Amino acid sequence: MTIDLKTVKHISKLSRISIDDNKAKKLGKDLNSIFSFIEKLNELDTKNTEPLTSIAETTLKLRKDEIKSENIREDILKNSPDKNKDFFVVPKVVE
Amino acid sequence: MMSNITDLKLVELVDKIKKKELSSTEVTIAFIERSKKSKKLNAYISENYENAIKKAKIFDQKPDFKKKLPGIPIAVKDLFCTKNIRTTAGSKILENFVPTYESTVTQNILDEGGIVIGKLNCDEFAMGSSNETSYFGNVQNPVSENLVPGGSSGGSSSALAAKLTPATIGTDTGGSIRQPASFTGTVGLKPTYGSCSRYGIVAFASSLDQAGPMTHDVKDCSLMFEIMSTYDTKDSTSVDFKRENYLTNLNENIKGKKIGIPKEYRVDGMPKEIDELWEKGIKIIKENGGQIIEISLPNTNYALPTYYIVAPAEASSNLARYDGVKYGFRSKGENLIDMYEKTRSEGFGDEVKRRIMIGTYVLSSGYYDAYYLKAQKVRRLIKNDFDEAYKKVDAILTPSTPSSAFKIGEKLNDPVSMYLNDIFTVPINLAGLPAISIPAGHDKKGYPLGLQVIGKAFDEQSILNIAFALEKNISFKNNITDWWIK
Repeated sequence: MTIDLKTVKHISKLSRISIDDNKAKKLGKDLNSIFSFIEKLNELDTKNTEPLTSIAETTLKLRKDEIKSENIREDILKNSPDKNKDFFVVPKVVE
Repeated sequence: MMSNITDLKLVELVDKIKKKELSSTEVTIAFIERSKKSKKLNAYISENYENAIKKAKIFDQKPDFKKKLPGIPIAVKDLFCTKNIRTTAGSKILENFVPTYESTVTQNILDEGGIVIGKLNCDEFAMGSSNETSYFGNVQNPVSENLVPGGSSGGSSSALAAKLTPATIGTDTGGSIRQPASFTGTVGLKPTYGSCSRYGIVAFASSLDQAGPMTHDVKDCSLMFEIMSTYDTKDSTSVDFKRENYLTNLNENIKGKKIGIPKEYRVDGMPKEIDELWEKGIKIIKENGGQIIEISLPNTNYALPTYYIVAPAEASSNLARYDGVKYGFRSKGENLIDMYEKTRSEGFGDEVKRRIMIGTYVLSSGYYDAYYLKAQKVRRLIKNDFDEAYKKVDAILTPSTPSSAFKIGEKLNDPVSMYLNDIFTVPINLAGLPAISIPAGHDKKGYPLGLQVIGKAFDEQSILNIAFALEKNISFKNNITDWWIK
C-alpha cells in the first residue's frame, strides 16, 4: 500500500494540521516507510482473537460528582492566549 | 565540600539529613550549584531554584524527619503538571502553560518532604527515543559529548547521571524510562500499568503511559517507587492493590526464583557485548541459586508495529485538545478552522505531527478495522505470550536496548531505525507489566549498557529484588568525567 499526496493532504485536514506541498511530500515518504513496517501485522491470523482495548480490564470506577477545587477561574484564564473578562476569545464563528 | 554532597545517593542523603549531618538547605544548594554549572547539558527546561531554597530553609526551621524525602531536592520530567511551575511537555504549544493543579505523583513527592528544583527536558510530548524532538533543544549525555541521553526522559537521565538531582522521575510509554536509564548507566523502573497515578501527567498514549523512578541504584529506586505508587481515585485506571514497603522488603536472596530467557530477544545484528552482558546476568542468577528457564514469546516481532498503531492512535485523540483556545500557543487565522490548523502546524514539532497523522489515519473511516482493530488483537496475542510464560517463570531477563547510546543526529532522518531502539521495551508496555533496567556493563566505546528484568503484574518487589542481586554482583561503575564543567 502506498499513501499518495492526496491522502496525506486529507489526513492533514482531518488532523487539523496545515502543511504545505513540500512538507506533505516528505511526510508522505515517512508515512510510507512506517506503514510498510506496520504491514507486518498482516502475517498474523487474528480471526478468533478478541481485541485488547485496555490492560486494566475492569469496569472503570465511578466517584461522586463533587466540586473539589476552589475557585480558580482567574488562574485558568491566565493561561488563555486571548480572553475578554470571563470568556475565551476565538475568531468570529457566526456571521 | 559541595561536590561531596552531590556524590551521595538518595538513601544516603535521606539518612544524613535524618541524622542532622546535613541540612536540607545545604543539600538543595549543592544540587542547584552543580545544576547551574551544567547548563551545557541542557537538562533543564525550567528552574525553580530560588523557590526551592526558600522551601529548604522552611524545612530546616521545623524539620519533620518522619518524612521519606525530608527536604530532598528533586528535579522532575517536564511532563508532570506542577502547580504554579511552568509545564511544557517539551513543546512550543505549551511553552507558557502554568498548571493550576499538581500531578498526583509529584504531590506524593511533595507530601513526603521532597522539594522540586526544576523541570527536566524531554522529547516533545514524550514522543522520541533520543530527546531530539524537544522544542527546547537536544540534551547531552554526561557519558560523552554529543551523545544522546536516550528518550523520551532524556533530561531526567542526563540530570541524574550528571548528579544534578539525587533521583528523578520519568514516564514510560514504550521504553522512555528504561532506554534513557540504560544509555546513561542509571536505574529506571517502569511500574505495572495502574500502579502510579496518571493524573496530571501530560497524556501521550493513555493505555500505555506509566510514571516511574530513575535513580543511581536499586535501593533508591525502591524508595522512590514506594512514594510514587498510590491508589488514586482521580485516575480511573489506578488499581487498588496491596502496596509494599519496597525498600524495607528489598532482599537480594533470589534462591529458587525461576527466571525466563526469551529466545526471540536474540535479534540479528545485536552487538556481541550485549549478548555477553546477558550471559553475565544469566551466570549471576545461577550462582545465586536462581533457576534459568528458556521461554518463548513468539509474537515479540509484532510488538513494534502494534505499538506504532496503538500509541499514535491514542496520541492523536489525546492531542486533539491543543487547539489554541483555552491555553497554550495560538497562531492567527482567518477563521476558527484556519486558526486551529495554523496553531497546530506551528505549535507541534515534526515527530508529533507525524504521529498525530499516523493515528488519525489508522482511526479514520475505512482503515479502523485494518489497522487499529488489528493492532488491538495482536496486542492480546502479545499479552497472552507473557501470561503463558509466567506459568513457568517468576520473572524474565533480557537486555534493555539493542545498542548503546548513539550520536546526536545519527538516527534523526530515519524514523523506523529510531523506533527499533524500543524493541525490547515496547512489548512490556503493551502487556502492562513492570520492568526495571539496571546498568550492567560497557560496550567497547565505553558507553553503558543495561539489563532488563520484567515481572508479573504488580510484583515490583520481585524484580527489585532480582535487580538488587544482579547489581551487587555486577558492581557497575559509571566512568563519567565532568567534561561539561569548565
